[in-house]
Amino acid sequence: MLGVEDLSISFGGLAALSGLSFAVRDREIFALIGPNGAGKSTVFNVITGLYRPSHGRVTLGGDDLLALAPHQIARRGVARTFQNTEVFRQLTALDNVLIGRHGHLRTGVITGALWLPRVRQEEARARESAYALLTRFGLAAVAAVEAGGLPLGAQKRLEIARALASEPRLLLLDEPAGGLNPTETQTLMAVIRRLRDESGLTIVVVEHDMELVMGISDRVAVLDHGRKIAEGRPHEIATDAAVVEAYLGSEEDA
Amino acid sequence: MRHAALATGAAVVVGWPWAAPRYFVFLASLIAINAIVAIGLNLLSGYTNQLSFGHAGFLAIGAYAAAILTIRAPALPVPAALLLAGLVTAAVGLALGVPCLRLEGLYLAMATLAFGFVVVEAILNLDWLTRGNDGLRVPAARLGPWTLATDTARYYLVVTVAALLIVAAVNITRTRTGRALLAIRESEIAAQASGINLAAYKTLAFVVSAFYTGVAGGLFALVVGFLSPDSFDVFLSVDFVAMIIVGGLGSILGSVVGAALITTLNDSLAGFQNYRPLIFGAILIASMLFMPGGIARALGTIVRPARAAAPPEPPRQGEDR
Ligand SMILES: Nc1ncnc2c1ncn2[C@@H]1O[C@H](COP(=O)(O)OP(=O)(O)O)[C@@H](O)[C@H]1O
Ligand SMILES: [Mg+2]
Repeated sequence: MLGVEDLSISFGGLAALSGLSFAVRDREIFALIGPNGAGKSTVFNVITGLYRPSHGRVTLGGDDLLALAPHQIARRGVARTFQNTEVFRQLTALDNVLIGRHGHLRTGVITGALWLPRVRQEEARARESAYALLTRFGLAAVAAVEAGGLPLGAQKRLEIARALASEPRLLLLDEPAGGLNPTETQTLMAVIRRLRDESGLTIVVVEHDMELVMGISDRVAVLDHGRKIAEGRPHEIATDAAVVEAYLGSEEDA
Repeated sequence: MRHAALATGAAVVVGWPWAAPRYFVFLASLIAINAIVAIGLNLLSGYTNQLSFGHAGFLAIGAYAAAILTIRAPALPVPAALLLAGLVTAAVGLALGVPCLRLEGLYLAMATLAFGFVVVEAILNLDWLTRGNDGLRVPAARLGPWTLATDTARYYLVVTVAALLIVAAVNITRTRTGRALLAIRESEIAAQASGINLAAYKTLAFVVSAFYTGVAGGLFALVVGFLSPDSFDVFLSVDFVAMIIVGGLGSILGSVVGAALITTLNDSLAGFQNYRPLIFGAILIASMLFMPGGIARALGTIVRPARAAAPPEPPRQGEDR
């Protein structure tokens, strides 16, 4: 489904990714882990077209993603959340999710200005489905609240709801459990599993919370200094000497 | 409640020429014209976060386009002249918007400022068409069998066009396009990740903004009746920015209120030309300090109907605190 081949990118001499390859299968939950600065978020930024790699290929179901602009990649079915939540802060939770549906709506500036019956219907349907998503994420009660005023946990769920509003094939979650308490993390794990099991999504998750990573992922890739140092099933990774050295070790220092 | 307020407002607007002295009818026309500009500017700056200090330039283009059309083609009905003025200005907006895609913040402000100067320079240089510094007299416009020869007739034309454009803007901002513009203002990366084409919508904001301002320019030509380049100086562009800051960035009705306030204030201060910048500056600073969201925000939900239209809320459940 998602193919990353020999990806390299550097920022001012610092190699953020060097020769990174991995492949994610259809309907797989794939975890990317590694210490801070390992290049995990950079991988997401390359896949979604925000960064241009100096070398390598990214494909989605055979299509070359590097040839596309970020909004085109989104329209191909790639949705994401951000490590430092990027909700539209001054807009309501409902508007946040409605914006996620942008690619599925047709109203243009003139048809919108005329408030044609077709536009009214489209708006009503979009609002309905946005409400359904908000409800699913326990946010219906705050639909009319500005996103920036919501607690962090709610903002994180709102970001996932916004991402799902685009009906993606591939969902990229960047530290979805960051800042959540253990109960919230448990709920999140159930949500991610359901997205795969019931909605058939392919999911790549970057996460530091080992319980979450070990609990939900089919396979795990470990990054360190922009290189992949291990890949395998969760239990294989947990016992890998190089991983323990590079990652779990540094986690204790932190 | 909102219907009552709307009905009262409409009654005042319709009855105004009978209640108010002639000069105030003219002033009300000016307010409505500035309200159209403020809405156009707000779509660009308040909604999409692209600052412009060049809107007097767009206004001038619309005004001269409408005036020249009315002179050269006297049979042309007013709505057609206004529409053409808007379209010509929109085309200029497109031509300016595309290169401005590379610019942000202060650089964009500088570029649009320069655009305003270029337009004035162009009016001076194209004197075979614009009569340069001598100014251009605009003949009374025709609408079917009528000639719009009185302040009252022109007032009704202006408020009708303004009402249509206000409704259109409210509709645009509560549907997909408006949300895309706001998304860009809030977070460009999240907007792109939501499938929004940044370049297309930023350019669209320029085009729509210029269209509004061009139509307003056409009305300005008809209402004022005489155009000269010094009517479109940089201070006018600053006035427009003041209108949307005082009224509220990202609010259509705030734009209207801001236009009414600044236009009235400008008019009241006409006798104190020397103190005008001082008083103006003080009002702007006070507004930004004490009313950061403008009047629209200060009045809250009353002035933001788009946000109120939501289905009934289900009981609170599973919401985290
Ligand atoms: N836009 C950028 N400009 C400069 N350096 C960057 C940028 N994005 C990432 N980096 C650098 O690339 C490295 C990897 O960053 P990142 O992918 O955010 O790590 P991770 O998500 O694994 O913590 C870091 O050294 C970071 O400073
Ligand atoms: Mg990161």
